[in-house]
Amino acid sequence: MSVIVLTEHAQGSFKKKSLEAVQYGAKIAAMMGTSVTAVAAGNVSNDELQTLGAYGAQKVLHVADARLDNFSSRAFTKVVLAAAAQEGAKVIVCLHDTTGKAVAPRVAARLQAGMVAGAVGLPDLSSGFTVKKNVFSGKAFAFVNITSDVKVITLMPNTSAVVKGEGTASVAALSVSFDDKDFAVQVQQVSKATGSVPLSEAELVVSGGRGLKGPENWHILEDLATSLGAATACSRPVADSHWRPHHEHVGQTGGTIRPNLYIAAGISGAIQHLAGVNGSKTIVVINKDPEAPFFKAADYGVLGDVFEVLPRLTEAVKKFKANN
Amino acid sequence: MKILVCLCPVPDTTTKIAFGDNNTTFNSQGVTFIINPYDEWYSLVRALELKEAGTATAVHLITVGKADAEPVIRKALALGGDEAIRIDTDSNDPYVIAAQIAQYASAQNYDLVLCGKESIDYNNGTVGGMLAELLDMNYLGFVSDVKVDGNSVTVLREIDGGDETDSCVLPLVISCQKGVAEARIPNMRGIMAARTKPLTVVAPAAISSLSSIVAYEMPAAKTGVKMIAADNMDELVSLLHNEAKVI
Ligand SMILES: Cc1cc2nc3c(=O)[nH]c(=O)nc-3n(C[C@H](O)[C@H](O)[C@H](O)COP(=O)(O)OP(=O)(O)OC[C@H]3O[C@@H](n4cnc5c(N)ncnc54)[C@H](O)[C@@H]3O)c2cc1C
Ligand SMILES: Nc1ncnc2c1ncn2[C@@H]1O[C@H](COP(=O)(O)O)[C@@H](O)[C@H]1O
Repeated sequence: MSVIVLTEHAQGSFKKKSLEAVQYGAKIAAMMGTSVTAVAAGNVSNDELQTLGAYGAQKVLHVADARLDNFSSRAFTKVVLAAAAQEGAKVIVCLHDTTGKAVAPRVAARLQAGMVAGAVGLPDLSSGFTVKKNVFSGKAFAFVNITSDVKVITLMPNTSAVVKGEGTASVAALSVSFDDKDFAVQVQQVSKATGSVPLSEAELVVSGGRGLKGPENWHILEDLATSLGAATACSRPVADSHWRPHHEHVGQTGGTIRPNLYIAAGISGAIQHLAGVNGSKTIVVINKDPEAPFFKAADYGVLGDVFEVLPRLTEAVKKFKANN
Repeated sequence: MKILVCLCPVPDTTTKIAFGDNNTTFNSQGVTFIINPYDEWYSLVRALELKEAGTATAVHLITVGKADAEPVIRKALALGGDEAIRIDTDSNDPYVIAAQIAQYASAQNYDLVLCGKESIDYNNGTVGGMLAELLDMNYLGFVSDVKVDGNSVTVLREIDGGDETDSCVLPLVISCQKGVAEARIPNMRGIMAARTKPLTVVAPAAISSLSSIVAYEMPAAKTGVKMIAADNMDELVSLLHNEAKVI
């Protein structure tokens, strides 16, 4: 019996959300009186694999096959199934992101394991195995009880703070037999925003709406983001008008994010937009219309013109950073 | 090429969500149901485009749901598609939905199965991946462009912080999001034609649920917004640091 966690890395270093997932798996393992094993695929150094111990992993199983540096849902599913079989896994944790959402359902279907997609808290074991998740695009939560023997969970990133501990993990190679069909997906081209924090993992997010009037004005938002070390996001019409790339669009039909701080500038706060961001810990709204619905969902509000308020806020942040 | 499009009925996006029976059931009274936007706007329209281009020979629509789902299925048929299948059962468990669809689809030799990236009610994004496993197909999720060339499909797929162009041979399950196609509105001819298109009701296979929703909860209401003067951004920064503790 054990808990296993599928980790993800970028060019050999683990993503923050994977450390969070390992920590989450370790907490479940502690509740169940068992241990957690992390699973890593592709090219990662031994030193990096061992660091997962600091987040609670007792053991790391590594499938070093270089073909796994390109994502394939079939191949990754085999990796997880092999690890689950070896460890006698009762709980399997993946991330609720493009990788986890392509692997976890396959694993669950193969094992006939009940699944909760997008968990936002630890399971409650007091009567069954009940996990809280967002439903109705952030308008409510549901508590889902999994009744099968094996349980699969995808964890929403930024559900809890990542705390580094002391432990170290033992690393073991895991061998998995693949066939050609597992690598039938060919990656032709990858385009990634470089340098910036991926939006789904960002703790601080600065977001702009139609109130910014056009892409030529985005520098005032980017200046604020840079001063805070924040990622940038936008409302749907902004992405639809190609002012900003599509992957920045948040809301019901875009990404769902849960940063510690979400600053919305020139966004009205339509229900479909709120759906993607109302899990944020603190929301700041800057809008010149006192009737903007977003103020009702905000913790802090600034009634004013974004073209004046954003540069002032950037200056205030810089001053704060210089003194702290 | 035969295409299967999975259509999920969901509450309209502007629905005010309410629960009954001591917060254990979703109260669907007065709620208007629509086809999940990802299914209607993107996967269905892309399937129709492929048929119009002569690439696809058949477009079938499938819904797991009770009879009250039929109006939205007819609406989808009015947009296009040759026939619809309704598997006569209701479930919140993604495994049950995927297994019901797989049970039907496995005998039909579909080349391409299209889903939406997630249903806007239960927000799982799970049925597509499960279907791929149950049908032993490859799966490309969160796709914003689909091109078919003979037996090969090329997609633009969302990844962490960017996108990736992938190609793969059929058969394949794809989950669609914005970009795949432009939403259409049914026209009068389509609506008339939909009345006579076959809508076959299939009895569900015996598949047990692996999960169930035991309770719902509304998010805690915000305690009220604190307004800060537009010329006092030092105050906002100080509150974010000392009170909210987020910077
Ligand atoms: C099915 C469906 C799904 C949708 N999904 C999404 C989604 O995922 N994400 C999303 O964002 N939207 C989504 N929408 C669209 C949504 O309903 C809104 O239309 C959209 O969020 C509005 O974007 P906005 O706030 O940027 O623009 P607007 O509504 O035009 O608001 C602009 C705001 O800026 C303010 N403003 C203007 N000038 C200034 C200034 N100089 N200084 C300060 N403030 C200023 C205005 O007061 C206004 O509040 C969806 C809609 C539907 C029907
Ligand atoms: N009841 C259903 N009937 C048919 N297709 C469904 C159903 N539920 C979900 N799907 C499909 O699976 C996709 C993802 O849904 P979900 O996994 O529930 O988020 C939807 O966009 C549909 O394409």
